Amino acid sequence: MAQVAAQKPVFAPWDDPKQAPLIQFKNVIKRFGDFVAIDDMTIDIYEREFFALLGPSGCGKTTMMRMLAGFERPTEGQILLGGQDIDAIPPNKRSVNMMFQSYALFPHLSVWENIAFGLKRQKLPKEQIDERVNEMLRLTRLSKFAKRKPHQISGGQRQRVALARSLARAPKLLLLDEPLGALDKKLRQETQFELMDIQEKTGTTFVIVTHDQEEAMTVASRVAVMDEGVMVQVDTPAKIYEAPNSVYVADFIGDVNIIEGRAKQISDQVNIAWAEGQPSIVGTSTETTFAPDEKIYFAIRPEKVSISAEKPEDTPNAFQGTILDIAYLGNISTYYVRIPSGQTIKAQTANTRRLSRRNFTWEDKVWVSFTTTAGVCLRE
Amino acid sequence: MGVIHDNRWRLPKGIIMRRFILISVPYAWLLALFLVPFAIVIKISLSDTVIAIPPYAPTLDLAGGWAGIVAFFQGLDFETFEFLTSDDLYWKAYLSSLKIAVIATAITLAVGYPIAYGMTRVAPEWRPTLLMLVILPFWTSFLIRVYAWMGILGQDGLINQALLWLGVIDQPLTILNTPTAVYIGIVYTYLPFMILPIYSALEKLDDSLLEAAEDLGCSRFTTFWLVTWPLSRNGIIAGSFLVFIPTLGEFVIPSLLGGSKTLMIGKVLWEEFFSNRDWPVASAVAVILLLILIIPIILFQRNEQKQREAEG
Repeated sequence: MAQVAAQKPVFAPWDDPKQAPLIQFKNVIKRFGDFVAIDDMTIDIYEREFFALLGPSGCGKTTMMRMLAGFERPTEGQILLGGQDIDAIPPNKRSVNMMFQSYALFPHLSVWENIAFGLKRQKLPKEQIDERVNEMLRLTRLSKFAKRKPHQISGGQRQRVALARSLARAPKLLLLDEPLGALDKKLRQETQFELMDIQEKTGTTFVIVTHDQEEAMTVASRVAVMDEGVMVQVDTPAKIYEAPNSVYVADFIGDVNIIEGRAKQISDQVNIAWAEGQPSIVGTSTETTFAPDEKIYFAIRPEKVSISAEKPEDTPNAFQGTILDIAYLGNISTYYVRIPSGQTIKAQTANTRRLSRRNFTWEDKVWVSFTTTAGVCLRE
Repeated sequence: MGVIHDNRWRLPKGIIMRRFILISVPYAWLLALFLVPFAIVIKISLSDTVIAIPPYAPTLDLAGGWAGIVAFFQGLDFETFEFLTSDDLYWKAYLSSLKIAVIATAITLAVGYPIAYGMTRVAPEWRPTLLMLVILPFWTSFLIRVYAWMGILGQDGLINQALLWLGVIDQPLTILNTPTAVYIGIVYTYLPFMILPIYSALEKLDDSLLEAAEDLGCSRFTTFWLVTWPLSRNGIIAGSFLVFIPTLGEFVIPSLLGGSKTLMIGKVLWEEFFSNRDWPVASAVAVILLLILIIPIILFQRNEQKQREAEG
């Protein structure tokens, strides 16, 4: 790895056609009775990836993970792990380990015995088990608690025991089912970085299931946004956020203004008629071409909308309105600005000044504006 | 009790009084119904047999005043206990009872565990029905059920008739009045006491623990042996004691199903009381039986307490 020291290459095996994926879902369908949990899914996941499955409950993300672990079998289609069809391999023979949402620590065993549990099943010599367990304890900073029982340690420590136990067998693939769901917010944020650190150190491929979009964005190399058994978009966190491919994704991730209108496209530039008495919004669309007068959704993040007292001159997208509401969140404030035609546009600014020096207040007349490339043009 | 004690300094006096009364009622009840009769039994065991009513002496005569009380205590001695050691019938009966109780508990566990396990593996909507079926025998008298077993196990009972009809045997088997019949009776009668605590332990078992074990490389069998079995241990211990303790002193089943050959301390006790009318010896037998039982009862209590602490 010495030759890469000069410039760290971007980790993007999904863009490299020469890379062989570690996991391949090939037209996988999973039905429970009449209910379709996974609907014709095809996806490749690569080695060393930190892959997040994100979606509301019931979207099929847990089913997908349980199929990888071997607790569910696909109704149709194939799942390959390292090129091998794993359908016939029972969970105890797969080089896949899972960290359960409830942690599923064995209450009658100590922390040490919990971590050693999987290693003992491999019939390794005792010294090797000792060494590996101690390594895991060091990695998760649990050495002091080795002799305790799970009910004698805190929630955060239990979470680390569960992680250490699932990593101990050095699986090719580690599945994490809502791993941080039971932790409070502060601990969750710390643990996210710990997870990423451990993932990098061990070089294991992680697939994480979560309904917390912030968590998915923080830890993942790629995020799959799921809805009703379908992957709506699979992309890097930045692309998911900046270039959502659908209203569903734009709306699911983060805060967004979705403005409905009629399109009129001239090469890359799209003019959107969206409100009576207001100039058209000028947006950019390079990948899709909208038919004249086609229904269009313009999605723009509130932090890309600026708010000012005077009309800005550098952009055609400037609209006057009154401040309807202000959501003060400490570090940022969100202004809800009502346009005379009735729509409300959210604009977000960082509170770099103290509250008493704030520029705008309720009922102020202000201008909201954004550049022509700030938003994305979407179909339904 | 610990909770009450910890909060005592904070509670107003009225509530403490009320709590005290609330607790004292059941305890007074227990005292009256257990300790007092037990004291009487100890007293009788230290008396001498006489042909009179009551059939023992001395009796406490409070009309005699202080001298009467002194005379009463002087009349008590350990003769009956010495007698128990002189006749090998008694210790043989104790040993035989212990043996039967241990074996019967083991058989009940072997039969009851799979039933309890099976009950937790079915769909949840079936469980109340299955529980009901386990408890159902309690709806009829214990005595009637034991008599029914006499009808089933006898020379011309259901089992022999069925086997003869099927041609498996050509001579009726002797089951009734053998230790086998006693074991069948005990296992049948006490099975619910084994099933229920094991069922409640297994029902609490989180399925994700079993999945985790499988995920970490266990086969079905090792999952059972390393996770299910140890986590149902409290239920196994509770069930075993609930079967072992009453079985040790069991009288009805050995006397109805076991015939004259089965030696159990409960039967000896009955015979001393009602056939020999030797109340002091019978009481001494009962006192020693209780002393033998105290050890498993204390162990049982400790297991219950540990379980409560673990559940926190």
